[in-house]
Amino acid sequence: MNRIDKLFNAKNTGILSVYFTAGYPSLDSTTEIITNLARGGADMVEIGVPFSDPLADGPVIQNSSSRALRNGMSLKLLFSQLEGIRKKVDIPLLLMGYLNPVLRFGVENFCRRCAETGIDGVILPDLPPEIYVEQYRTLFRKYNLFNILLISPRTDSERAHFIDSITDGFIYVVSSSSVTGVKPGFTGEQESYFKRTVSLNLSHPLLIGFGISSPETFSEACRYGSGAITGSAFIRMLEKEGCNGSSIIRFVKDFKRKL
Amino acid sequence: MMYKIDKKGFYGEFGGAFIPEMLYPNIRELQSEYLQIIGSDDFREEYYSLLRNYAGRPSPLYYAARLSEHYKTRIFLKREDLNHTGAHKINNTIGQILIARRMGKTRVVAETGAGQHGVAAATVCALAGLKCVVYMGKLDVERQAPNVQRMRMLGAEVIPVMSGNMTLKDATNEAIRDWISNPADTYYMIGSVVGPHPYPDLVTKLQSVISEEIKIQLQEQTGRKNPDSIIACVGGGSNAAGSFYHFLDEKEVKLIAVEAAGKGTETGESAATIAIGSPGIIHGSRTILMQNDDGQITEPYSVSAGLDYPGIGPLFAWLNEKGRVIFENATDKEALDAAFLLMRLEGIIPALESAHALAALGKMTFTENDIVVVIISGRGDKDMEAFVRYAEQNNL
Ligand SMILES: Cc1ncc(COP(=O)(O)O)c(C=O)c1O
Repeated sequence: MNRIDKLFNAKNTGILSVYFTAGYPSLDSTTEIITNLARGGADMVEIGVPFSDPLADGPVIQNSSSRALRNGMSLKLLFSQLEGIRKKVDIPLLLMGYLNPVLRFGVENFCRRCAETGIDGVILPDLPPEIYVEQYRTLFRKYNLFNILLISPRTDSERAHFIDSITDGFIYVVSSSSVTGVKPGFTGEQESYFKRTVSLNLSHPLLIGFGISSPETFSEACRYGSGAITGSAFIRMLEKEGCNGSSIIRFVKDFKRKL
Repeated sequence: MMYKIDKKGFYGEFGGAFIPEMLYPNIRELQSEYLQIIGSDDFREEYYSLLRNYAGRPSPLYYAARLSEHYKTRIFLKREDLNHTGAHKINNTIGQILIARRMGKTRVVAETGAGQHGVAAATVCALAGLKCVVYMGKLDVERQAPNVQRMRMLGAEVIPVMSGNMTLKDATNEAIRDWISNPADTYYMIGSVVGPHPYPDLVTKLQSVISEEIKIQLQEQTGRKNPDSIIACVGGGSNAAGSFYHFLDEKEVKLIAVEAAGKGTETGESAATIAIGSPGIIHGSRTILMQNDDGQITEPYSVSAGLDYPGIGPLFAWLNEKGRVIFENATDKEALDAAFLLMRLEGIIPALESAHALAALGKMTFTENDIVVVIISGRGDKDMEAFVRYAEQNNL
């Protein structure tokens, strides 16, 4: 069974997934970040593949992405860094990034390298579900690679059900009409969107992402979904404290403290 | 029409809408409404009336006798430089502002490189009384100060973009991010035949007035239905798309698109996408773009800010594959020399972008009886600094 399914079978609340950009703060921090996130108690990790033009990202991840690229990160190098990661951690690992580097790498080649290194799924926000089904799903299935799809506040219920019928593992619930970034808390409008989404009774579990920046917003999000994803807040911490094991572990523990 | 977009928004394998789910409702709304809106009688009436009475269309088709003599052929210039705001960009923004209004939008965002599209967008927003926000790379804000002032004078907010390399590509990213964050009230007014479907088709159709007029004017002036060749510069490709549109199915008409070679296509400092690019995705469209081995989009270079884009409209990626359009390119120097030739022979100062189209005249062979239409996409006022520098360096 795919590790993502295993996780959601075992746990239906309080799941914390942490995003970071590969190659940031330094080129070779990838494995150190992953292992320490796992040690701290993160349930899942999203490894950001840096891209020159991250359309769905706010300033924090834009900055970590361009720094990572300047540091020399590439998809090819990332896969070689991930060689052996499965000897160290067993939590689900996802790659999150944009379609162009994957196309350039070759989609089948990409899927194969994911399978070889132990990547369980991918999130590619600019790959439309329709194109995925038409052109790539067969390949993804061949390598048992999950493709996680997004819904947003303006996704209507018909489309949410359509996305539910195609996504693997879980649904990434984008918390507001915005790009990624650090936000102070949820508005009433966001809460009613979460409630509306829960009431759709979708077949996949929900993870809420974008703007989850504190233990408070995390525990709040957990009231509606099986858990949530934090990215910009974690990267900000790395910006301040650098890549060191104890800070990473402390970050994860602290995030879960309000549960 | 042979070269039409298909129902899913693709030209062959190029085009489509590769956008994050957050943009899906916006794009879907535009996809489902644009054809109906631009096909409606009331839209057409208002659009053509504004083109005529506000923008000054039809733009002249001018027989350039001395330039013709120089190249030993018959050259006609399509004078988009004489439009209000000084370029073809206004054809597009007049159409899009009417669409925005019909969709009930109250705020417009746009990207700009040289500032020509930004000025055209700010202009129509003033005309329609809509709020206008223009994203412009910080470098371009510094390079194109007069256009920044023009936009602000017209009431637009100009936001300098500090991300990436701080030029057109990054300004486009930022405009799209703004649209993601303001999905309900905001209309995204894109400046060329690029971006997710339906923009490439929408902007092509709004610019097709250029070829519509060429057909009529050529018939009147020469008694001929078609020219032998049409030459246009390509950044994203909107003036070329509009100039080629009504001739795409006329096989005997040679269509020539001229990219900016910058310092030369081999130098790494170039914006000649077709010459040095490969397939991929940029700004929501599958097309040809400039990228490295890792799929990172690379920064283009050209003396002309309006051609300084690392992609090309998906229509052109396809027309190139089909062999329907011939791609040429011209270096900075070739374009500057062609601009000075036009100034001295015809008394017309062209935009640096348009000068690339003119430069192709010197790279191709024509017979004495050929009719060659060259699109002067804009005027050169904005490029004075570059011209003055070149003149000083070369004692012109
Ligand atoms: C005068 C002029 N010509 C051409 C272009 C290039 O755009 P496109 O290829 O969309 O016509 C620009 C863009 O700013 C321009 O200002």
